[in-house]
Amino acid sequence: MTEVRREGIEVDGLVREFKNGPRAVDGIDLRVEAGEIYGFLGPNGAGKSTTVLMLTTLLPPTAGKARVAGYDIVKEGPRVRASIGAALQEAALDPLLTGREHMRLQTALHGLPKTERAERGQELLERVGLSQAADRKVGGYSGGMKRRLDLALALAHGPSILFLDEPTTGLDIQSRTALWDEVARLAAEEGVTVFLTTQYLEEADALAARVGIIDHGQIVAEGTPAELKAEIGRPTVEAAPREAGELERLAAVLERFGPSAGSSPRSAAARLEGGESQLAEVVRALDSEGIAIERLQLHAPSLDDVFLAKTGRSLEGAEDEVEEIEQEAVGAA
Amino acid sequence: MSDGLRTQVGQLAHRSILRTLRQPAQIVPALVFPLFLLAVNSGGLRDATSLPGFPTDSYLTFALAVPFIQGALFSVMNAGTDLARDIETGFLNRLALTPLRGVALLSGLLAGAVVLGLVQAVVYLTVGLIAGAELTTGVAGALVIVALSVSITVAFGSIGLFAALRTGSGEAVQSLFPVFFVFLFISAMALPLNLLQTDWFHTVASINPVTYLLEAFRSLLFEGWEIGTLALGFGIAAVLLGLGMLGASSSLKTRLVRT
Repeated sequence: MTEVRREGIEVDGLVREFKNGPRAVDGIDLRVEAGEIYGFLGPNGAGKSTTVLMLTTLLPPTAGKARVAGYDIVKEGPRVRASIGAALQEAALDPLLTGREHMRLQTALHGLPKTERAERGQELLERVGLSQAADRKVGGYSGGMKRRLDLALALAHGPSILFLDEPTTGLDIQSRTALWDEVARLAAEEGVTVFLTTQYLEEADALAARVGIIDHGQIVAEGTPAELKAEIGRPTVEAAPREAGELERLAAVLERFGPSAGSSPRSAAARLEGGESQLAEVVRALDSEGIAIERLQLHAPSLDDVFLAKTGRSLEGAEDEVEEIEQEAVGAA
Repeated sequence: MSDGLRTQVGQLAHRSILRTLRQPAQIVPALVFPLFLLAVNSGGLRDATSLPGFPTDSYLTFALAVPFIQGALFSVMNAGTDLARDIETGFLNRLALTPLRGVALLSGLLAGAVVLGLVQAVVYLTVGLIAGAELTTGVAGALVIVALSVSITVAFGSIGLFAALRTGSGEAVQSLFPVFFVFLFISAMALPLNLLQTDWFHTVASINPVTYLLEAFRSLLFEGWEIGTLALGFGIAAVLLGLGMLGASSSLKTRLVRT
């Protein structure tokens, strides 16, 4: 296996500009310590995958600098690649090959001695729970099995840094949890640094020691999930009226306690400026206005609240917006 | 060749061969379609042998050269489509993250074309001989026919790789197939060059390299050992391979923009 340095990731002013297009990545700075799981959170099209492609040396940056495992991504590409493993956005597998054949190809191309290849392949297939399916063609694997094989392939040469680009997108909760467990184990037991992009808030919350939130190519917030939520500090109260016609009046009452927040179409929500102690006042205000309530909930701040506070949009809304922009671009083309 | 490069070429060749053998849809049409056309042409154009100056009295022997070229044309599509799929699915990015060298990737990918070319040549020749075709140059000639067929298949395969790397699209590669087929039809496919009476067709066929590839096969089938004709056939295959690999290497640099 390749000897690798135990260093993390340093990014300074990284930019990627595409021809006739906007800046996909617009001057980001970040630090990931060795052995840390860093969650890179943002909606589709925010610049997450472009960042990963640059950090894995598959896309040259337009400007800025980055060092991965202590090596410059532009000047020392081969050394960077020897130090990293990557499972990119789509599990890029050959449907005509078996899991074991994939492992043999990957270990051989990474230069593992012939005597170690089969053993290393078997060890990784067992670790991701694919030893029973190892001799089946990948075309017959489920989405979760493909993702697990993708992870095993990324680990073939024992990298010190692992890039996972939306590794659980499209997976059921069971497969997702199994993958989370393995990623957490890699960081905790083997000291692997993990750079994880995701659009799932709960994934970043569950796995990442620190989170960077990217929107329109710029990092808008960074810190531990707890720090980011504490920065927002304010819980959200959400209420649904018994009569649908009362929704507007209900929203007006809630707005007395703080700015409105994202909610379902049949409810209204507001961020409580005075914290959760204001809940009793909210109930009294609704009672004095004579608005009958079907449901009332207090939500602790989430990463979505952080995203909303930093960008003015909820993560879900941001995705819709990106899709609209993409459709417009396709239409224009 | 260093050990590392040999391993890379070997592993990718292994993958390419496995892929080819596991896709009957790649092998079967490449075997059946040219043999079907051979049967139709040798039956329908049998009387052409009575034309003054026709070089053999067996149209089947004359036409047997054609399947080798038709079969080779399938390798443009097969090799190119396989690589284009690797680009489309991101498999090429997976390979790019390893210390893989470009020359190993291209050579390995052509290994599937070698196997296909080998199987095709043996099948066409065997079927042709069973059906009554001549083979003036005997067993040695049969071996040279197989070698020439494999060379042409690999050369055409390299053009498929170039197209795949240039376009990144399987559909674009497949659209090349009929274009290449036109080259076959405007060659000395159905009649020898000296019997093509239409001026423009004679001119086009005489500058079409496919004509000389056909003549190389025909020389072994019914003329005897004609070193100059064979050298021209192998030379054209080598030039096509050189051009294909040059284009593919250049496009690979653009496609694999790793730092």
